[in-house]
Amino acid sequence: MPAVDAITPIDPHAWRTDFPILETRIRGTCPLIYLDNAATAQRPRQVIQAMVSAYEEHYANVHRGVHWLSDQSTDLYENSREKVRSFINAVHCHEVIFTAGTTAAINLVARSWGDSQVKAGDEILLTMMEHHSNLVPWQQLAERTGCTIRFIPVRDNGTLALDNIDELVTERTKIVAITAISNVLGTINPLQEIISKAHAVEAKVLVDAAQSAPHEVLDVQQLQADFVAFSGHKMMGPSGIGVLYGRETILERMPPFMGGGSMIRRVRLDGFESGDLPAKFEAGTPPIVPAIGLASAIEYLSRIGIAAIREHESLLTQRTHQLLQEVDGVRILGPGPAQTAGIVSFVLDRIHAHDVAQICDRHGVAIRAGHHCAMPLHKALGVNASNRASFYFYNTLDEVDRLAAALKDAKKIMRRA
Amino acid sequence: MYWRNKEQITQVMMHSEEEIYQEHVLDHSDDPYHRGRCIDATHAHEDDNPLCGDVVRVELRIQDQRVAEAWFDGEGCCISLASASMLMEELEGKTVQDVRNFGAEQMLSLFRAKLTPNRQKCCLLSWKVVQSALYSPTNDATGNGETG
Repeated sequence: MPAVDAITPIDPHAWRTDFPILETRIRGTCPLIYLDNAATAQRPRQVIQAMVSAYEEHYANVHRGVHWLSDQSTDLYENSREKVRSFINAVHCHEVIFTAGTTAAINLVARSWGDSQVKAGDEILLTMMEHHSNLVPWQQLAERTGCTIRFIPVRDNGTLALDNIDELVTERTKIVAITAISNVLGTINPLQEIISKAHAVEAKVLVDAAQSAPHEVLDVQQLQADFVAFSGHKMMGPSGIGVLYGRETILERMPPFMGGGSMIRRVRLDGFESGDLPAKFEAGTPPIVPAIGLASAIEYLSRIGIAAIREHESLLTQRTHQLLQEVDGVRILGPGPAQTAGIVSFVLDRIHAHDVAQICDRHGVAIRAGHHCAMPLHKALGVNASNRASFYFYNTLDEVDRLAAALKDAKKIMRRA
Repeated sequence: MYWRNKEQITQVMMHSEEEIYQEHVLDHSDDPYHRGRCIDATHAHEDDNPLCGDVVRVELRIQDQRVAEAWFDGEGCCISLASASMLMEELEGKTVQDVRNFGAEQMLSLFRAKLTPNRQKCCLLSWKVVQSALYSPTNDATGNGETG
């Protein structure tokens, strides 16, 4: 990773040429302005080609055959695991479990670790800004075990209210599951502070890094989180692949979650012995080619440099805040650009989010409308639905200007100007 | 809906895009007909579209097997508010049987502006709520109202 003072500013136009989809003209005429990266990012030719090559030249099932092709496939799959390990700076390769995505990774922890460690009377601590995928699995665990879920509240400005954290993190707390970056507000949460509070009472911590892994340096040793979950598709990999990082000593004590092929050492008619890490948590034929695609995406990311990506997105976010504040009737949800990643959610006075997104679409601007899988957060903010613009390194300042122009047009069309 | 080719998708979408926010749609959404409570409602139903957070409540006063009054309230996008307003206007005076026979296609024609499939859901929310309301008598709806 380059040192902070060595950041070369990103020229998004240079990188965009690698992304065929960014050449798209909406309805044949209007250039696509893709500002829905928090939902899913686009992928460069290199990642697509890595997957095509895997299918065309190296594909067989992994860890099964003694034949040459299976060895090829297995090597590529396991090399991908090593790439992920290095990307997140985990100690061991077998601490990297491939899953179907962030959601599957969190469900794995809630099922395997949760069912074996959590009982009635225990507490799980979440925040009010969690994505449904870091909320519902814990609600299901609470239904099964009778444990209680508590929430770190969100202030009006979109940051976590940590004033009463010592009352929330207690000896009853078994796990704190928290998002690194809010997928709605863009808020960057103070993970280090929360993790040390949790560890002081011997609670585990799961970090939902779905929004941070593509944009921020992720060093699991420095972070000292017990579990970290993220998805491939938000960082230019394919959908259908995600990662659960777990600390070796914790994963070893966890029972397998799904049963099937690969996850066993041996099977008898009256029972089975589970295999070693990471196979224990990878039942069935894994997402082989998606893992190879993810590794290719990590390579691509490393070429750009996470620090440079962060820097560029910060420029985009600042410009967005500035331009949106100039539009009458816009309310930005979340804190200022200094405390946020490349996500800006907002509402327009007396225009529904869907109508805003529909008119933005006429300008080729793809933004999200709705509750962004965070209904409780929207309720807390007192809005039914919002619009969200989310950036990646290939977005340009000009695209931010086009968004602002589209919003002004929305006001005009809806007779709110 | 099935699209034959890319050109057709392009044509249809451009066509519908241009027409969504027509004057009559905006008029209805800005100043809806019968948005509020229906005093002496005999039938009522409420539903939402959790995907977009839209909520519509419809209250009807049904007398002698006819819709004497139709009111709606709720939160939603321009399409869902405008379509609800148009529907309330359309319903009044119709027999209960006519309302039951008033299908989704008729609702979309009533709206006039062409909608893509995902926005058709917005347009059909109040229509679905009306269909359920016909079978949902309010508790105090005894006596002269429709009971079926």
